[in-house]
Amino acid sequence: MTTRTRIDWNNVVQDVVDMRGEDHTALIPILQDIQRSHGHVPREAQNAIAIALDVSQARVAEVISFYSFLTEEPQGQYIFRLCQTISCEMDGKDEVASALERALGIAFGETSEDGLFSLEYTNCIGMCDQPPAMLVNDDAFGGLTPQSVQDIVADYRRKGEER
Amino acid sequence: MGDRVILGPYAPGTAVDAALDQRRSDVVMTVRESGLRGRGGAGFPTGTKWMLAAAAAGDEKYVICNADEGEPGTFKDRVLLQEYPDLVFDGMVTAGYAIGAKEGYVYLRAEYRYMLDALENVLEKMRSEGRLGNAIRGREDFDFDIHIHLGSGAYVCGEESALIESMEGRRGEPRIRPPFPVVAGYLNKPTVVNNVETFALVSRVMEHGADWFRGIGTEESAGLKLYSVSGDVQEPGVYELPMGITVNALLETVGGTDAAAVQIGGASGTMVTRREFDRKIAFEDIATGGSIIVFGPERNLLGVLENFLEFFAEESCGQCTPCRLGTMRLLEGVRDLQNGSVEPERIDALRNLADSMAISAKCGLGQSCNAPFGSILDAHLEGVAR
Ligand SMILES: Cc1cc2nc3c(=O)[nH]c(=O)nc-3n(C[C@H](O)[C@H](O)[C@H](O)COP(=O)(O)O)c2cc1C
Repeated sequence: MTTRTRIDWNNVVQDVVDMRGEDHTALIPILQDIQRSHGHVPREAQNAIAIALDVSQARVAEVISFYSFLTEEPQGQYIFRLCQTISCEMDGKDEVASALERALGIAFGETSEDGLFSLEYTNCIGMCDQPPAMLVNDDAFGGLTPQSVQDIVADYRRKGEER
Repeated sequence: MGDRVILGPYAPGTAVDAALDQRRSDVVMTVRESGLRGRGGAGFPTGTKWMLAAAAAGDEKYVICNADEGEPGTFKDRVLLQEYPDLVFDGMVTAGYAIGAKEGYVYLRAEYRYMLDALENVLEKMRSEGRLGNAIRGREDFDFDIHIHLGSGAYVCGEESALIESMEGRRGEPRIRPPFPVVAGYLNKPTVVNNVETFALVSRVMEHGADWFRGIGTEESAGLKLYSVSGDVQEPGVYELPMGITVNALLETVGGTDAAAVQIGGASGTMVTRREFDRKIAFEDIATGGSIIVFGPERNLLGVLENFLEFFAEESCGQCTPCRLGTMRLLEGVRDLQNGSVEPERIDALRNLADSMAISAKCGLGQSCNAPFGSILDAHLEGVAR
């Protein structure tokens, strides 16, 4: 990761809790908000959430570890999730996977050093009529080819560098 | 394909207006008489579920729309939510009126977050038109609002009690039932959980009447159904067809007549081969939440089974031992089978394991592994494909 100003996680958590409330039903929405704005929910944030909602730190940690869209470790600004389930698997997933690794310069399970990209496999994303398919953050892409993947990565690289 | 009704034109509010013309208990009766059974997979009669929730003690009740759609091969709920959100929401409002609930939630899977803004806009429009919120359609005795709760990426959260755990801010680990959600669901209050398509069909039943719906399909499986078709077919997509259609007729409609095998019901469903293509897709024969995956003669069926077992092993919540370990052992077994190094006794042991998971696992995830395991292994041994 490039140098970042130190984050005051207590403030981050307080702002989100002010919005979402202190009820236990707000725990996952709070985690989702922080994951989206900061790319992960580190221990410091977890502890602040536990205090704000009056639940144990273990409860917060076990929830994060359960869900694939919540992580303690930092993720890239753009998360590429390629579907590995059967209809995509049968229709060119492997070629697209290699093209993604080449275009992003990382392997599955990795995050790029500049913090821009993460690459993962995911299970069925409900795009089986347009295989192979992937999500990039909230956007869905279907009918992927090794070529189209290069263009998509280039677009995100440009977007990321503009920010 | 003839005129579509589920996926046809819909004037927002129609279903709710029709429901509000009836007494609450009559709406429940209409849904019962339609013969509608849940479209999320298990096929529980929707009217009966609503009746139980309506009769449950307490005045705080909830309606939940299960939009977790994680079963491999299904995407019909995505299409409904993207193209017919009013139809789905009106079905939820109808349920709220019928059972006496004031609040509804859509549990929207994280993978569908791209729909969130559009869905929130529809809800806002409904509120501004008096179709949602306080005193719906001017009825002082009927308040109902809908909120969207996002999932965080876990297939098991589609199981209704895991979904409720997740909404309450915990790991999505299924509960022991009974009590069922209709008695003690969200926040331990009586809760109706229905699939996206079920709510859409409720709206069509309100619009066209119970007799219309009952007149389509079979005795035990009434009405129309959305099928999500993928794999080796000319036209993958969502098809609206009657319940009880044969596999053959479905394959003809979708351009999949070269099929060697068809997986019906997703990874947790059953594989049928050519000689069984005259069987019916219906609760009394081969049940499905709508996932139809077609395999041509060139496909390696053990590879398909491996893919499904990888899915289960990853998505098992890990809470109960039969599922946590069973899915891993089955996966190892199929990998060994692919390498050709398996004694017949081992195959028997694996089948036994899958069968014992069916009776010992805590929820449908582990319980249903024997369906794909047994049927795909059989199809492979039959030699219908590579
Ligand atoms: C592992 C597992 C996953 C499930 N996933 C879904 C799902 O994504 N959507 C759904 O509607 N039902 C799903 N179900 C079924 C639900 O538990 C429940 O039966 C259904 O939401 C009830 O609605 P219905 O009666 O309208 O079908 C799942 C069940 C299991 C065991």
